[in-house]
Amino acid sequence: MIQALGKMGISTFGWLGRCCIFLVYVASGFFIALKNWRDLIAQLYFVGVLSLVIIVVSGFFVGMVLGLQGYNTLVDFGAEESLGVVVSLSLVRELGPVVAALLFAGRAGSALTAEIGLMKSTEQLMAMEMMAVDPLHRVIAPRLLAGIIAMPLLAAIFSAVGVYGGYFVGTGLLGVDDGAFWSQMQAAVDFNGDVMNGIIKSIVFGFVITWIAVFEGYDTAPTSEGISRATTRTVVNSSLAVLALDFVLTAVMFD
Amino acid sequence: MGQIQQSVDPIVRTEGLSFARGDRVIFDKVNIEIPRGKITAIMGPSGCGKTTLLRLITGQLTPQAGTIFVDNEEVPKLSRTKLFELRKRMSMLFQSGALLTDLTVFENVAFPLKEHTELSDEAIRTLVLMKLEAVGLRGARGLMPSELSGGMARRVALARSIALDPMMILYDEPFTGQDPISMGVLVRLIKLMNDAMNMTSVVVSHDVKETLSIADYVYILSAGKVVGKGTPESLHNAGSKWVKQFLNALPDGPVHFHYPADEFANDLISGGRS
Repeated sequence: MIQALGKMGISTFGWLGRCCIFLVYVASGFFIALKNWRDLIAQLYFVGVLSLVIIVVSGFFVGMVLGLQGYNTLVDFGAEESLGVVVSLSLVRELGPVVAALLFAGRAGSALTAEIGLMKSTEQLMAMEMMAVDPLHRVIAPRLLAGIIAMPLLAAIFSAVGVYGGYFVGTGLLGVDDGAFWSQMQAAVDFNGDVMNGIIKSIVFGFVITWIAVFEGYDTAPTSEGISRATTRTVVNSSLAVLALDFVLTAVMFD
Repeated sequence: MGQIQQSVDPIVRTEGLSFARGDRVIFDKVNIEIPRGKITAIMGPSGCGKTTLLRLITGQLTPQAGTIFVDNEEVPKLSRTKLFELRKRMSMLFQSGALLTDLTVFENVAFPLKEHTELSDEAIRTLVLMKLEAVGLRGARGLMPSELSGGMARRVALARSIALDPMMILYDEPFTGQDPISMGVLVRLIKLMNDAMNMTSVVVSHDVKETLSIADYVYILSAGKVVGKGTPESLHNAGSKWVKQFLNALPDGPVHFHYPADEFANDLISGGRS
């Protein structure tokens, strides 16, 4: 029992240590990644643009559900004109960054892990090393940067589309006053307090998800089973990390 | 033993090289010298550590004891930066080809040139076309790696590996899984490249006939030791039973056909109790 606990502890701390050393090496390649801006743009397309469909569709439905549930609650108090406030604050502060991050982990995180894992198993990373090209700088760094840049943009799009989803249900279907919806939202949502904090959250989430995804891909056993396990670990670990970090960040930001 | 004159200044030299994976000893105090400008074959049965030797030479692995010198630089002691500097002067042809799958054939060959030189796009284009012409695949420059056969992929990888005119190329099982035509092409190309570019070639393989047809010198490895070395002719005439079994592909000999086990009769009468 004690032996097993010790083994687990060593394995966990070993993983954390490898993860941090990996990050230091990758971060030292950010300048090279910025210099190779074409690669960075290609990765932004891969992790960002290709995630747009799921982000937009999910954002719209989440917004519609918020509109519906919010209206049903608010109408009991005769406060249905505050629907815009409920929808927008829920999205900008919490649901936008968190749900977009969970979707990002599932769509882009898993794809990054699988791609890098496959590059490892087909010896492409080793071939780069043999050509004296550091794969941490050439392959990993642009992907990590792209994740950090794409995540806040995706979260912002998620929130914006969600607000329109709530607006569509609230004013279009349930008869909430159009002007009240927008004006109350404008009055209640604070740019620094709400929008900026949401953006900071999504930058942190983007960094953590992409870090886990690229590390799992790079650290995977170069077999089909290894890649499959690494992909699963990416989605599970990054989703848990997002939820845990959300609590911590919310406690710090909205205390 | 009719050995060729070993180079005074070998390009690769291992001294007491020992390497193990867990309890399994791969190399036990192995001394190898690879002469400059020659084709040296490293042969042995599957799992004897041929590819591991290449990985040790290129600094992908670190030995537990002993050391390796490549072009008079002690590989295990090199910093990452210095190791990369050394790797610019040598290249390795992987068994799979290891082409970058999101780049075309042309871009794959141009990759090391773009990374390590300041040449203009026009100069790079000319060089890439020359390298592809040398391997007979100039016409395939627009194809993606997924559109190539195994033999073509290895030829593209060969063109990529000579892009920077290295002093040495390490070939990891270049003939495995190739049809006779592709194999013949690769054999010819390895010989041609070595002679035309005055390079050193190290060919790791267990394809006896093809490898011996181009090798100037041969090392045969087994169970962590060098069990035979010399020119192809001298090895054919060697008295070693092990070398004879390997070169003549005999099913039984010092390397047994059967994996170690109890008596067959005992196994049968035990009725599945063991």
